[in-house]
Amino acid sequence: MHPLRKQRLQLVILLVAAAALVIGLVVYMLRENGNFFYTPAQIVSGEAPQSTFLRAGGMVVDGSVLRSDDSLWVQFKITDGVEMLTVEHTGILPDLFAEGEAAIASGKVDENLVLQATQILAKHDEKYTPPEVADAMNAAYKAKQEDKKEQAGSYK
Amino acid sequence: MSWLSRLFSKWLPKESSNWQWFYRLGSPRWFYQRSGQWLPWVSLAALLVLATGLVWGLAFAPEDARQGNSFRIIYIHVPAAFLAQSGYFIMAIAGAIGLIWKMKISYMVMKAAAPIGAALTFIALFTGAVWGKPTWGAYWVWDARITSMLILLFLYAGVMALQYAYHSVDAASKASAILALVGTVNIPIINKSVDWWYTLHQPATIKLTSAPSMHMDMFMPLLVMIVGFYLFYAVALILHTRNEILRRERKTSWVRELATAKAGS
Repeated sequence: MHPLRKQRLQLVILLVAAAALVIGLVVYMLRENGNFFYTPAQIVSGEAPQSTFLRAGGMVVDGSVLRSDDSLWVQFKITDGVEMLTVEHTGILPDLFAEGEAAIASGKVDENLVLQATQILAKHDEKYTPPEVADAMNAAYKAKQEDKKEQAGSYK
Repeated sequence: MSWLSRLFSKWLPKESSNWQWFYRLGSPRWFYQRSGQWLPWVSLAALLVLATGLVWGLAFAPEDARQGNSFRIIYIHVPAAFLAQSGYFIMAIAGAIGLIWKMKISYMVMKAAAPIGAALTFIALFTGAVWGKPTWGAYWVWDARITSMLILLFLYAGVMALQYAYHSVDAASKASAILALVGTVNIPIINKSVDWWYTLHQPATIKLTSAPSMHMDMFMPLLVMIVGFYLFYAVALILHTRNEILRRERKTSWVRELATAKAGS
């Protein structure tokens, strides 16, 4: 290789390496601030900032959704598998909001450790399934659960 | 820095005849003539593959159990986002070749790649917003994936703007190439953002290391669309580069001959 071209190649490699180093350090510094939401465990443990606007994300706990009869008020619990956080919100929920699915609530945590949310977002996972397949999977899951119950019953 | 050159010398072209094709590729005239022969075939392939993928994905693929039909935007969103990132690498590598070998054609490819990449990035952001409203409940959020994708759009815009910031073509090319190279650091960040941070955007459905977390009936048309977008990208890049060749080589005799022949016929 021509020495001049070799030198220019080295400069190009150095440039990219230096940029990667600098931006890598910035990203490393941002690793906590880059998060879009806190987990319930971070909020309950006090790691998340108190009495300021924040977002909390987790799975909506099965059977935890309470709705008001005469207003748009709704209460539910979200969990990260470690802690649970109660969320209250008045407004319309996104279509994909459901028990057992992930949701992100933004608002302030009050003194009772209840998140008073001004916005609820549904978080979709990376899985895509046709309805028939989803139904078949649900049916298989239910059958398995009932099998377990029957087995548990037969030991009694 | 001799260690660096020793490390890379194995893969670098020597000044021998083995690399003749590489230098010939660098000739704008050669590229213009050759690409004119490829263009009809690549265009035809792109048209066929895109039509197949679109009809398959929009009409025949099953709907999603939870999202219903709105998931079908994936057939545009994911291929556009793929090409927005691959296209950036093409632009940056073309810039690097231009910086090192001073090859005229590579700077033209770099310049041609910028608006195509910007358009694809915009399509990815726009389709994401349209899908986000019914799915998430918001058009736009500042999570790591969406923000890093917006930075990609700004990087493309920066390269396009630098092309017009200098009177001298050479200075404009060099400045653009340096910006394009520095910006490559953003691509792995876009890619990994959904794993490094908690984001609203879901993690990748298509992974190199494992099966896609998508039913095969839905995944196959997506794969066809990705191939179709690559072909479409090739067509767009060739067309833009040919334009740029004619514009920059307008004073050469072969372009003049081409123009007079076209005018005469």
